[in-house]
Amino acid sequence: MWKQVYAWLDERLGLNDLYTNLLDRPEPKTSWWNTLGSASMFLFILQGFTGIFLTVYYTPSPDHAYDSINYIMEGVAFGWLIRGIHHWGATLMVLVVFIHMLRVFYTASFKYPRELTWLIGIGLFLTTLGMGFTGYLLPWNQKSYWATTVGTQIAGTVPFVGEFILKALRGGPDLSALTLQRFFSAHIWIIPAILAALIGVHLYLIIKHGESHWPKKED
Amino acid sequence: MSGSHELSRRDFIKVTTGIVGGLIGTMIGLPSIFYLIDPALREGGKEAWIPIGKFENMQVNKPYPFTFTRVQVNGWERTASSFGGYAIRKSDAPESLLILNSRCTHLSCTVNWSEEGNVFHCPCHDAAFDIDGEVVDGPPPRALDVYEEYRLTEDGTIEIFFKES
Ligand code: HEM
Ligand code: FES
Repeated sequence: MWKQVYAWLDERLGLNDLYTNLLDRPEPKTSWWNTLGSASMFLFILQGFTGIFLTVYYTPSPDHAYDSINYIMEGVAFGWLIRGIHHWGATLMVLVVFIHMLRVFYTASFKYPRELTWLIGIGLFLTTLGMGFTGYLLPWNQKSYWATTVGTQIAGTVPFVGEFILKALRGGPDLSALTLQRFFSAHIWIIPAILAALIGVHLYLIIKHGESHWPKKED
Repeated sequence: MSGSHELSRRDFIKVTTGIVGGLIGTMIGLPSIFYLIDPALREGGKEAWIPIGKFENMQVNKPYPFTFTRVQVNGWERTASSFGGYAIRKSDAPESLLILNSRCTHLSCTVNWSEEGNVFHCPCHDAAFDIDGEVVDGPPPRALDVYEEYRLTEDGTIEIFFKES
């Protein structure tokens, strides 16, 4: 019965082909370092999951952001766990993505034909940092407020267009309700959408080219 | 391939991945469910005696309207909810008071006493209740709710017993 259902679906969806191409593709002899990309992706999904759950109680308004976070930590069942995972997962994700990048550099895997995989990877690294930067403001506590003040001020030192960038980031000359709102929007919609799209292309390229082998002495 | 009771390396990986994935899934999935439904598991249930008016101001067979608000802490905010009803005095004795809740038993709109029609009228789906709260017209499934417990204080005030849901 199930076999038949599966066969019917497989004929139309190509499940077996998907399986072989995604999970059963040939790999050169590599090492544990090659799992870091998958680890990055796992963390991205975990952050997405816990992040979506955080929005159930979090509110991005200067009046209530701090209180709503407090409520998540102390009032809601397992709020501390959901926020804890999102909080520490954020740091871990930056770290893991960075080490993944180092390993790709170390094994010289950015060379032909994987230049675009590398370039998209740079996009992934920058958007991951962007997630961290925008997420840090959301608790609206002293640390996040001043970190964002400083961070946006640094962006403001760019010659000629600095002031424009600063105002665009803050939604005005100073940190305000607009800043919190646009950081929230960037953090939950704009950057994750870009990140997800980039991950899609990244993975496509990895499947297309297969993984590089570890360079030998002669390479 | 090895014998039937021995796992191949590939199957071992599959099974381990499944188990570890399942563990992580439940460890995060289960708490997430409680996290989501937490507000529904809360017991409010604060009780209070609420003054609704002087007994002497209530005229026989003339619904006496009253309203009151209760403040509840919801999450990080205090929310005021309004309640109301009508006290109907049947005779001189305070025991003969009928205190109706003005919340329509259909879908919770507020009913108003209509002097001309001599009914409580609900504007939402055109329902009517008579002075005793019984349904005379429209979709409501049952009579208006009654505040059963009330008392007359020494200074002549009527208080109703109110329990938050
Ligand atoms: C959100 C961040 C990222 C995710 C989810 C991700 C995901 C992956 C995955 C699953 C692989 C397969 C093999 C492996 O893990 O080594 C991979 C390979 C690769 N990644 Fe990333 N990656 C990310 C960031 C980056 C960054 C920052 C760079 C470099 C700037 C990069 C460059 C590459 C390259 C060149 C490969 C091919 C390696 C090879 O064929 O040996 N990736 N990535
Ligand atoms: S809510 Fe009163 S008639 Fe529907």
